[in-house]
Amino acid sequence: MPNERDTIATLLPLPPATFHILLALADEERHGYAVIQDVEARTGGELRLSAGTLYRSIARMVEQGLIAEVVRRRAISDDERRRYYRLTPFGSEVARAEMRRLEQLVRLARARGVRPAPESA
Amino acid sequence: MRLYRALLHLYPRGFREEYRDELLRAHAALVQDLRGPFAHVRRTVAALSDVIPNALAVHADILRQDLLFASRSLRRTPGFAVTAVLVVALGVGVNTAMFSLADFVFMRPLPYREPERLVKLWQQTPAYSRNESSPANVRDWREQTHSFDGMGVYTMRSQNLVGSGEPRELQAALASPEMFSVLGVPALVGRTFTAHDLAEGPCVVLGEGLWKARFGADARVVGTSIRLGGVAHTVVGVMPGTFQFPYPTVEAWSSLVLREENYEDRDDTYLEVIARLKPGITPKRALEDLDAVSARLATQYPATNKDLSVLMVGLHGIPQRSQLLVLALCGAALCILLLSCANLASLFLARGAYRAHELAVRSALGAGRERLVRQLVTESLAVALLGGLVGVVAAAVLLPLLSLLVPSSLPVAGQATLDLRALVIALGLTLLTGFAFGLAPALSAGRTSAMGALRSDARSGGGRTQRLRAALVVVEVASSVVLLVTSGLLIRAVWRIQAVSPGFVADHVLAVRTALPFSDYGITAKRVQYYDRVLESVRAVSGVKSAAFATGLPMSMRGGIWGVKVGGEGPAKKRENAVSLRFVTPGFFATLGVPIQRGRDVTTSDGPRALPVAVVSEAFVRQHWPGLDPIGRHFTLADSPRTVVGVVGDVRVRGLEWPSEPQVYLPCGQVPDSSLIGYTPKELVVRFEPPMTVDALVPLVRRSVATADPQQPISKVRLLTQVVADETAPRVTQLRLLGALTALALLIAGLGIHGLLSFTVSMRARELGIRRALGAQAGDIVGMIVREGSVLVLIGLALGVAIGLAIGRGMGALLADVHPTDPLTLGAAAVLCLLTAAIGFLRPVLNAARVDPLIALRAE
Repeated sequence: MPNERDTIATLLPLPPATFHILLALADEERHGYAVIQDVEARTGGELRLSAGTLYRSIARMVEQGLIAEVVRRRAISDDERRRYYRLTPFGSEVARAEMRRLEQLVRLARARGVRPAPESA
Repeated sequence: MRLYRALLHLYPRGFREEYRDELLRAHAALVQDLRGPFAHVRRTVAALSDVIPNALAVHADILRQDLLFASRSLRRTPGFAVTAVLVVALGVGVNTAMFSLADFVFMRPLPYREPERLVKLWQQTPAYSRNESSPANVRDWREQTHSFDGMGVYTMRSQNLVGSGEPRELQAALASPEMFSVLGVPALVGRTFTAHDLAEGPCVVLGEGLWKARFGADARVVGTSIRLGGVAHTVVGVMPGTFQFPYPTVEAWSSLVLREENYEDRDDTYLEVIARLKPGITPKRALEDLDAVSARLATQYPATNKDLSVLMVGLHGIPQRSQLLVLALCGAALCILLLSCANLASLFLARGAYRAHELAVRSALGAGRERLVRQLVTESLAVALLGGLVGVVAAAVLLPLLSLLVPSSLPVAGQATLDLRALVIALGLTLLTGFAFGLAPALSAGRTSAMGALRSDARSGGGRTQRLRAALVVVEVASSVVLLVTSGLLIRAVWRIQAVSPGFVADHVLAVRTALPFSDYGITAKRVQYYDRVLESVRAVSGVKSAAFATGLPMSMRGGIWGVKVGGEGPAKKRENAVSLRFVTPGFFATLGVPIQRGRDVTTSDGPRALPVAVVSEAFVRQHWPGLDPIGRHFTLADSPRTVVGVVGDVRVRGLEWPSEPQVYLPCGQVPDSSLIGYTPKELVVRFEPPMTVDALVPLVRRSVATADPQQPISKVRLLTQVVADETAPRVTQLRLLGALTALALLIAGLGIHGLLSFTVSMRARELGIRRALGAQAGDIVGMIVREGSVLVLIGLALGVAIGLAIGRGMGALLADVHPTDPLTLGAAAVLCLLTAAIGFLRPVLNAARVDPLIALRAE
């Protein structure tokens, strides 16, 4: 079994959809459509995952062990057939690693004196 | 939403079943706020742009995983992987190369305008199907038929090119203007000649090669005059290098002028005829047309045209023997492909059986059947593709070598190239095999209950697979036996041909051509003077035993057929009384080692005013004066009487594989002045003895010729042994190839038999163990395995021999009288096959004998 750090390294950089799904599941378990809504809300409507993109990512993330389906979750108001997903400990590890990678990138850019342009809106 | 639901089918089944409801629900929620006039369109776009890229991505993900898995699993079993890839490579490589060659020979359109309408016409007699035609007959065909858009004639004639550099002999064709218009290829520079040009005087069209080499590719050469065969010819144009008619060796085409006297003798046949069918006229119609003319000519000129018909063949007209050889090679290639597929099948079957357990475990762990099938198929396709790749590389290497087999006399253009269709077919077949047999275990893994498979572990796989394996052994044995029988027959044929005595002693004879220009040497006496000077000088060389000039070399000049009239018979009939006519200088028979049986050689005193004499071959005497003394008897050739002064041994003029006409030799001094241009002696033959060598002799001969006439080039320097070897060379090459394929086939079949038997034995280890435990001796076990295997091998052998015999009968023309049921060949094939099978049996049988009852049972 290769150690976890190596495995994480092979997964980085994460596709944006994957990273956003990890973030959406960071605070609570959600079903698919809720993930789409959360991502859309957090990005101010900039990223709106389609159903196909979402479930293709979910399928791969389940296989990679980043997230897992929540077994027997029943919220009274929800349709009970809905499938909920949660972040696995490995998934949070990977999300943190991706954050570190992004931070480092930004640090490198700043060290070079590159500053983001002021928001034009 | 209905569209979206339908589009979901683009996803792999497993994914679709897992996420269908979720996808539908999420998508419905996402598109519900799409309203307005174009809502429908926008929904459609949303559905399409969501499903199509994502479905592709999911498929790609799975493929990547499967390939990863396949490469891992193949690396775990490198023996299987390498064998399977090689087997596929072999089948694909050999077949692609062979069929590319066949396509090149048979199918490739000729580089002429509408080549499918081009035909070649031959005079056909009961004795010979392909005779050249006489000018008079061609003229009648042309004038009296209505099926052709044109009819052109040509004849090969080498001519000396003098001026602008060293004198050199050109391979040229004498052609009528219609030859160019029938073929319909425009000139590269200038134009081709017309009837109008001919009226102005002799003209010539140069080949691109000659134009570049000799005239520096200067377009201004058109319109100038060059000396060909001692006569000034006006250059009217240059043909492109792709125009290689009738042979790739032709360097120029000069105008063929037929005068009224050329039309007199209908037995004087030397023209090759090509014609273009009118649009819409079928070859059958055209032939009926020609037959009507032939019938008319037969009544009109019974002396020459009785029994004469026309043979019409497509211009591609490849001789039956070459066709058969290429077909034989293709057949061999197909056998190899069959063997490859059978081996691949058995490899996959064996692997499948070994993996039944693994598959059952994975299925029990929840892998869907579709997933397993998909993965196994990916694996077998990967093997097939990898093998195909190696095979294509092999074919690319092999093809140029194979192309050497195509006789250079065929009117095919350029070089054979890899044929994509052949590649696709061969690869398709192996993919199909890999697919079918790679799939089988997956399907059965899905079908049988996982628990059942787990419990019983991997074993023989049931009666159906057992029968399939038996069938595979039979197929492998049969196809290798077919190859053994057919190549064996061909080997015997070559042996038989090589054992035929040519009628002369070829060792230590040098042959050189010095074609004398007719313009300068039209007078026979002048030519004889030249011969004498050259021969005197050559004979003076120490190490030269004898030397002579002759019209042509046996097996090199095969034509020159005339009719003779003997005694009180009717008019000379070329067909019944055909002889092969040669003019020779004294010493020809001694030089070639043709024994003089009776009488004398021709001599220098047999001149134009002396008694017209002839030396004839034994076959001539047998035919016309059986049991009588021929010396002093007369016959008539071309209306002039000849007295026989000598009898010599028969020579295989037409080659080792064909019957030859009796030979008539006339003294070189008795060629009529300015006539019989094709028959004037031009081949100088020199018999030498060691320590003299060819390398030392050639410059001396060259000097002798130059001393006699400095304008005179020499060409075609070769040994007579080469001429004889060339007779069988194509056959020997083709045989080597066929032999190599057969050896390959045997190897594959041996491996296949070995693999299948080992597999059977290991699968049956438990059964054999129980038998041992119950008291069976090792000998009994061995006997049982051998018996079971032998039955299959014998069935395959019988089947293979039967097919081989049928093919042998079809190859009759190639077999030089070797009977297809030749016992030696069949016996040898059977022995080789059984030997191969025995070697294949060896290890599995030993393994079976060594089965330890305890270990076999403990494996439970």
